[in-house]
Amino acid sequence: MSEIGPRNMKLLYFAWVREKVGRSAEEIVLPDGVATVADVVGWLKTRGPQFDEAFARPELIRAAVDKVHVKPAASIAGAHEIAFFPPVTGG
Amino acid sequence: MAVRVQREDFDIAAEVARLTAGRTDIGAIVTFTGRVRADAGQLAAMTLEHYPGMTEAELNRIEAEAQARWPLQASLVVHRVGELAPGDNIVLVVTASAHRQAAFEAAGFLMDYLKTRAPFWKKETSASGESTWVEARQGDENAARRWS
Repeated sequence: MSEIGPRNMKLLYFAWVREKVGRSAEEIVLPDGVATVADVVGWLKTRGPQFDEAFARPELIRAAVDKVHVKPAASIAGAHEIAFFPPVTGG
Repeated sequence: MAVRVQREDFDIAAEVARLTAGRTDIGAIVTFTGRVRADAGQLAAMTLEHYPGMTEAELNRIEAEAQARWPLQASLVVHRVGELAPGDNIVLVVTASAHRQAAFEAAGFLMDYLKTRAPFWKKETSASGESTWVEARQGDENAARRWS
């Protein structure tokens, strides 16, 4: 099933991912063919050196779709908000 | 049963009193407090960042998981964010049950899961003014796995 038209989405960045990409949040329109969290990371890396640098080591990046932890292979169909951040260090 | 994220400090005695007020069915209360530790005096400050909305949702999921696993009569998680100094409180976990084993185990579970799942990030500033993000520890990951 393919979606029609642009897909508007909110991206959030935290901790050193936020610092490296130089912003905490943005609204974006994802191109066709971007179907998973890993696809989003791949697309982000094409957006400039700061993104390439922030996502250079994908194994250090964690993601949440609509405020729930997900794996890189997770689908982003129907997602409103995707967040990228380092492994958490609270407590 | 509650979770809270706040900038201000918490008072352990007051939190326990509020949680257990009027309750006569609680036979055991366990509290855990995590504090900012200055190893060898090198740490000047710590900044806690979080993901508003997801933090509360994740803490609620973790608390619900604890309630499903142990017969808890009350529980509370309070986590601070913002600028903290060595010796400051960071996190409070309170568990209450009829008997001690459930309260002890659930408190350990809540902390282990919080440390590996709740979206908080610590940034340390050293006495010389350098700032570095704290890296996640494999030991925390291993501690969380013992519950699965």
